[in-house]
Amino acid sequence: MKMIHSLFLINCSGDIFLEKHWKSVVSQSVCDYFFEAQEKAADVENVPPVISTPHHYLISIYRDKLFFVSVIQTEVPPLFVIEFLHRVADTFQDYFGECSEAAIKDNVVIVYELLEEMLDNGFPLATESNILKELIKPPTILRSVVNSITGSSNVGDTLPTGQLSNIPWRRAGVKYTNNEAYFDVVEEIDAIIDKSGSTVFAEIQGVIDACIKLSGMPDLSLSFMNPRLLDDVSFHPCIRFKRWESERVLSFIPPDGNFRLISYRVSSQNLVAIPVYVKHSISFKENSSCGRFDVTIGPKQNMGKTIEGVTVTVHMPKVVLNMNLTPTQGSYTFDPVTKVLTWDVGKITPQKLPSLKGLVNLQSGAPKPEENPSLNIQFKIQQLAISGLKVNRLDMYGEKYKPFKGVKYVTKAGKFQVRT
Amino acid sequence: MSSNSFAYNEQSGGGEATELGQEATSTISPSGAFGLFSSDLKKNEDLKQMLESNKDSAKLDAMKRIVGMIAKGKNASELFPAVVKNVASKNIEIKKLVYVYLVRYAEEQQDLALLSISTFQRALKDPNQLIRASALRVLSSIRVPIIVPIMMLAIKEAAADLSPYVRKNAAHAIQKLYSLDPEQKEMLIEVIEKLLKDKSILVAGSVVMAFEEVCPDRIDLIHKNYRKLCNLLVDVEEWGQVVIIHMLTRYARTQFVSPWREDDGLEDNEKSFYDSDDEQKEKTDKRKKPYTMDPDHRLLIRNTKPLLQSRNAAVVMAVAQLYWHISPKSEAGIISKSLVRLLRSNREVQYIVLQNIATMSIQRKGMFEPYLKSFYVRSTDPTMIKTLKLEILTNLANEANISTLLREFQTYVKSQDKQFAAATIQTIGRCATNISEVTDTCLSGLVCLLSNRDEIVVAESVVVIKKLLQMQPAQHGEIIKHMAKLLDSITVPVARASILWLIGENCERVPKIAPDVLRKMAKSFTSEDDLVKLQILNLGAKLYLTNSKQTKLLTQYILNLGKYDQNYDIRDRTRFIRQLIVPNEKSGALSKYAKKIFLAQKPAPLLESPFKDRDHFQLGTLSHTLNAKAAGYLELSNWPEVAPDPSVRNVEVIDLAKEWTPAGKAKNENPTKKFYSESEEEEDSSDSSSDSGSESGSESGEEDEEGDSSEDSSEDSSSEPESESGRQSDTENRRVAKRNSKTKGKGDSKDEKKENEKSKTSDSSNAESSSVEESSSDSESESESESESESRKVTKEKEKKTKQDRNRLATDVSLLDLDDFNPVSTPVALPTPALSPSLIADLEGLNLSTSSSVISVSTPVFVPMKTHVLLHRMSGKGLAAHYSFPRQPCIFGDKMVSVQITLNNTTDKKIENIHIREKKLPIGMQMHVFNPIESLEPEGSITVSMGIDFCDSTQTASFQLCTKDDCFSVNIQPPVGELLLPVAMSEKDFKKEQGMLTGMNETSATIIAAPQNFPPSVILQKVINVANAGVVPSGQDNIHRFAAKTVHSGSLMLVTVELKEGSTAQLIINTEKTVIGSVLLRELKPVLSQG
Repeated sequence: MKMIHSLFLINCSGDIFLEKHWKSVVSQSVCDYFFEAQEKAADVENVPPVISTPHHYLISIYRDKLFFVSVIQTEVPPLFVIEFLHRVADTFQDYFGECSEAAIKDNVVIVYELLEEMLDNGFPLATESNILKELIKPPTILRSVVNSITGSSNVGDTLPTGQLSNIPWRRAGVKYTNNEAYFDVVEEIDAIIDKSGSTVFAEIQGVIDACIKLSGMPDLSLSFMNPRLLDDVSFHPCIRFKRWESERVLSFIPPDGNFRLISYRVSSQNLVAIPVYVKHSISFKENSSCGRFDVTIGPKQNMGKTIEGVTVTVHMPKVVLNMNLTPTQGSYTFDPVTKVLTWDVGKITPQKLPSLKGLVNLQSGAPKPEENPSLNIQFKIQQLAISGLKVNRLDMYGEKYKPFKGVKYVTKAGKFQVRT
Repeated sequence: MSSNSFAYNEQSGGGEATELGQEATSTISPSGAFGLFSSDLKKNEDLKQMLESNKDSAKLDAMKRIVGMIAKGKNASELFPAVVKNVASKNIEIKKLVYVYLVRYAEEQQDLALLSISTFQRALKDPNQLIRASALRVLSSIRVPIIVPIMMLAIKEAAADLSPYVRKNAAHAIQKLYSLDPEQKEMLIEVIEKLLKDKSILVAGSVVMAFEEVCPDRIDLIHKNYRKLCNLLVDVEEWGQVVIIHMLTRYARTQFVSPWREDDGLEDNEKSFYDSDDEQKEKTDKRKKPYTMDPDHRLLIRNTKPLLQSRNAAVVMAVAQLYWHISPKSEAGIISKSLVRLLRSNREVQYIVLQNIATMSIQRKGMFEPYLKSFYVRSTDPTMIKTLKLEILTNLANEANISTLLREFQTYVKSQDKQFAAATIQTIGRCATNISEVTDTCLSGLVCLLSNRDEIVVAESVVVIKKLLQMQPAQHGEIIKHMAKLLDSITVPVARASILWLIGENCERVPKIAPDVLRKMAKSFTSEDDLVKLQILNLGAKLYLTNSKQTKLLTQYILNLGKYDQNYDIRDRTRFIRQLIVPNEKSGALSKYAKKIFLAQKPAPLLESPFKDRDHFQLGTLSHTLNAKAAGYLELSNWPEVAPDPSVRNVEVIDLAKEWTPAGKAKNENPTKKFYSESEEEEDSSDSSSDSGSESGSESGEEDEEGDSSEDSSEDSSSEPESESGRQSDTENRRVAKRNSKTKGKGDSKDEKKENEKSKTSDSSNAESSSVEESSSDSESESESESESESRKVTKEKEKKTKQDRNRLATDVSLLDLDDFNPVSTPVALPTPALSPSLIADLEGLNLSTSSSVISVSTPVFVPMKTHVLLHRMSGKGLAAHYSFPRQPCIFGDKMVSVQITLNNTTDKKIENIHIREKKLPIGMQMHVFNPIESLEPEGSITVSMGIDFCDSTQTASFQLCTKDDCFSVNIQPPVGELLLPVAMSEKDFKKEQGMLTGMNETSATIIAAPQNFPPSVILQKVINVANAGVVPSGQDNIHRFAAKTVHSGSLMLVTVELKEGSTAQLIINTEKTVIGSVLLRELKPVLSQG
């Protein structure tokens, strides 16, 4: 397994704007095979992640309008490379605030230093953000000004602890004046609702994101009121698995800062409460160049909480030329090129249900669309975990001080689709 | 503009910026190539100047711009001489960027690259492990063949480095050297073999990687490390996990017998179909033997299970494929849940995972059936994901769920994504053939689709219906009629051709329509697609044969049209058909069979999954994704019929006892005896040593060891005769020699180790394990010998020995040099035959070997009387319990801390059956409980001891202390100082070890100490009170040193207290275990500063 040989970063217009080789240099022309595949795929989403060329294999990911194309020479688990490339993109995001062509070009030296640390001979070396940040400091405006005056560097001259300790995700000597530990329980509802309003498929995907700012080496344990709810869980490496197996308690020495503690799934076997309902009537008249569009959205099983941040996105059929709609609430836009209708609803008040009504103009002469478009709905409910998951308590060992603790719950729509 | 790379431009003003701009445009337009060339030259010139300047900032800017050029793929090779000069720069960032440059261009500029080598060679010897590691990394990345020997040497050295991080880098370097020069394979395998034995989790992943790269076929190297790898796996970093799991999968397939029973895996035994009856019977007989899984096989399966919970998709997939390929089929079910979870990830991960699920779902439907709905398609999925999901849905379809699925498919058929809609129709066709109950429903559904507005949908339906009808005994005249009508509207060639073919095949069932269709087709023949034309010809021929009365003329007309067609295929076909069906004098015997030829029963096409033949590739591999063998793909072997000898994996001592029955009994007693003598009977030590000596002398393993050491020492003792004459100078010499050997230190001990290893490998596994055992008894005896009454014992011991020795000892003692003490005392318990004539030589040799091992446990300096409350009598209903740490090595296990528990009965009744229940221990912790106490009289008290392995953490061990009637939850949290065992070492060794544990392994604090704390005895007492450490004799008054090792992992813990001016003191702790290090620091701080 000679892992990753080279990496090319390609923007949407097909320019290779960065290349990095971990072994001998591979010519840029290898990317031609990629461009070929891209052309064939018509849209970026459909470019196959694995492409075979006469001498190499190309494994690529598409992130934030950029392609990360890696060159592989021999057998390797493709997920290994894919997962790593995403980790690279995550690191850029983490360092520069965004993973964009401009940010990467602006910070090309840091990018190069990062890539150098992350892979050795094509095999991942340091991918933990904690370690990387000790090796290479992220750029800040202040630091770049200071650096340019003093000529000092952004390369860490102290040695990272994590790389060598048994706790690679945490550095030693963390100090805060205010010791805080926050947990965000974020649940997303994935659902497919059919035409008649009944649920075809629904499940809850949750994550617990943590923001830990604690001094020293705290050893935390987080317990739930109802841990059995969690059907399938994946853990940050810091979590002691056996403790979870035996007691259903999350016990861990946390990384410093923001990180994803667990992600979990509440299985579809449990009934998933669907917090909104949608009344819709979309029709296209035969042999006429117009149709009607009428969508109303209302709350359902929302446990007394307000549903906010509601957006409805609809990919209209190609024959739709334009739409003349009137919203009772919020505003809408229709992009005649991509045929995407976006209705920004905002908060739902049960007294006055928001609706969007009006006419659809079709291309004249074209046959009426076969299928009604499905509605993708976004919403947010604060202070509620729809699965009913509740954090019981957080205990800290190993340190003497009293940290400030906080838990926040929020429920969102994930891939929430209503077929019409 | 927030970045550094642009800082230079800002400084140097406009000129530079325009130049950059110019260059940027010129890369785009080839017409500017000329400009580019000149500006490039100019720019490189100023870069060179900057590199040669004295200011680091200028150099750094130049390097940044050069790296920018490399990143854009521009050629910066001509700057090589200027850049390479800076390789020794003090500035870390410049250095790093120079490294980047070197690795990129060294291959092209080999001669110049050699200039940098000496810098790296120097850095390889740096005391800082990170510098050593990075030097090795860059050195091995420079692909210059001429330095192969240097690399080889560096790798060998690094592989024996004390820092696991350096060893990890050595493992990486192995692969680089191998790809540079495959000739080095044999030597590299030796290094791999050595690194495989490494116990560090840092190294494990990388060395397995090197193994897979260099010698994947040397499975024999894995045997001995198999269990260790299985046990380390959970703690290895995620990327290493993937590599190890893949390797272990292959390993398991060669070493264990198949866990798959015949009844649960029929598809795997398709071979047996061809076997003759007898053979088959034999086979089943063989299989009827109850299958028991090799415990090692079980170990692997069990230890990988937690990794299914990893956040890393690659790890989850690796475990999934391991379960798929090596676990019993009944257990593989647990992977589905985790794989389904991955479907929530980004599209690339989804794509790969779905592909693998598709392959799995063909063979074992049941696994994914409960997750059927997770594969439902959303309109927002990319097409490639949609089609894969569809594939899986099809594989999962059965009688029970097909109606739900068909309803779902109806939605898909209407999708705006027509490619997907077409794929759905094919899917419906496949479901219809696979599940006979729904064939009719599907067919009528498809017929409905024939009136769809979208042509692609209709065409696809026609093609699928054609296939379906072909499989059915034809009673579908209506459908054929319906389709015949479609010919008027449908234009897609494939569909038209399909309809024509269908009518031709069934022309006798639709006798009225068929000729009419032919008539229409004859009209439009010239404008049809080639595909359709061929089918028109076929239809004509078939009708001519069955219904020549009505169609003879039409057919001939069509044949005439075909004769002059532009396409030669059609002309060929026309000629062929004419010869066959139109009787004339030339037509041979064939025309008689024309009807049979044209209207033969045609076998129905098989509608099957495109993933059907992928299962011969290991899941999760690139080859599986591509469905083609990728370069470097390692075939997964079939299960062996008979498992190879499982004992090759044995490394434990227990196995030895079995194999060594004659000596076994005595040996088993032996260690226990030593054990007790260690804690109490120091005066017996000489006895026990001679005991063990004579007994163990019978073991070949130890003889080996002895042989080695005597060999070593014979060289040393060559100066022995001389010493008779002048003993003063002799001792002096020897001490110098020893110093030398110590300063060489590492290297020497390495050599020795190597020698040991050689003897190990050459011997049978017995010998090896015996030597392992021996070394363990070694350490025991060491700890025994380093008891308080060291000097006394030593003298006593030596009295039995030769005169020389006594003399030497005397000088040693008078010098009070502990350094020489320990080694001398070591042989006390070493298995040396007491009366061996080569005793002195032996002793010498052993001295040498032990002088380099600095970790030797000594007895505690001081045992604090402090007790902690375990259970208060109020909450314990009269039963009170206290615990304390006696600071003795634990008798229940060498990784355990011994804990003494004193139980008091404060009631007026007898308390019965006191015991421990429900241990709730964090991961890895272990506990050896005391035996239940039958009864405790009123006012009675009893002290029991137990052992707890705290895994070097201060985590609480919770358990229940129970009596006959009640249970009380109690817990023990160890003070960090009790997780240590004192270590005796010399100041020099201390400094050496401290030198290795710098950087992040060092924590320090400055404390304001009260003046009364300054006397050495006070400091000593205070430190020892907190931590169970050994005192290191110090040459300076103001520095106090303490050494200990952690109980569980045996990592060194070095504490230094340095008194400074003005009542401050510096407290430094060096240890690999940074966590306990910092906790200890925190605990020591207040103790030393308080009055």
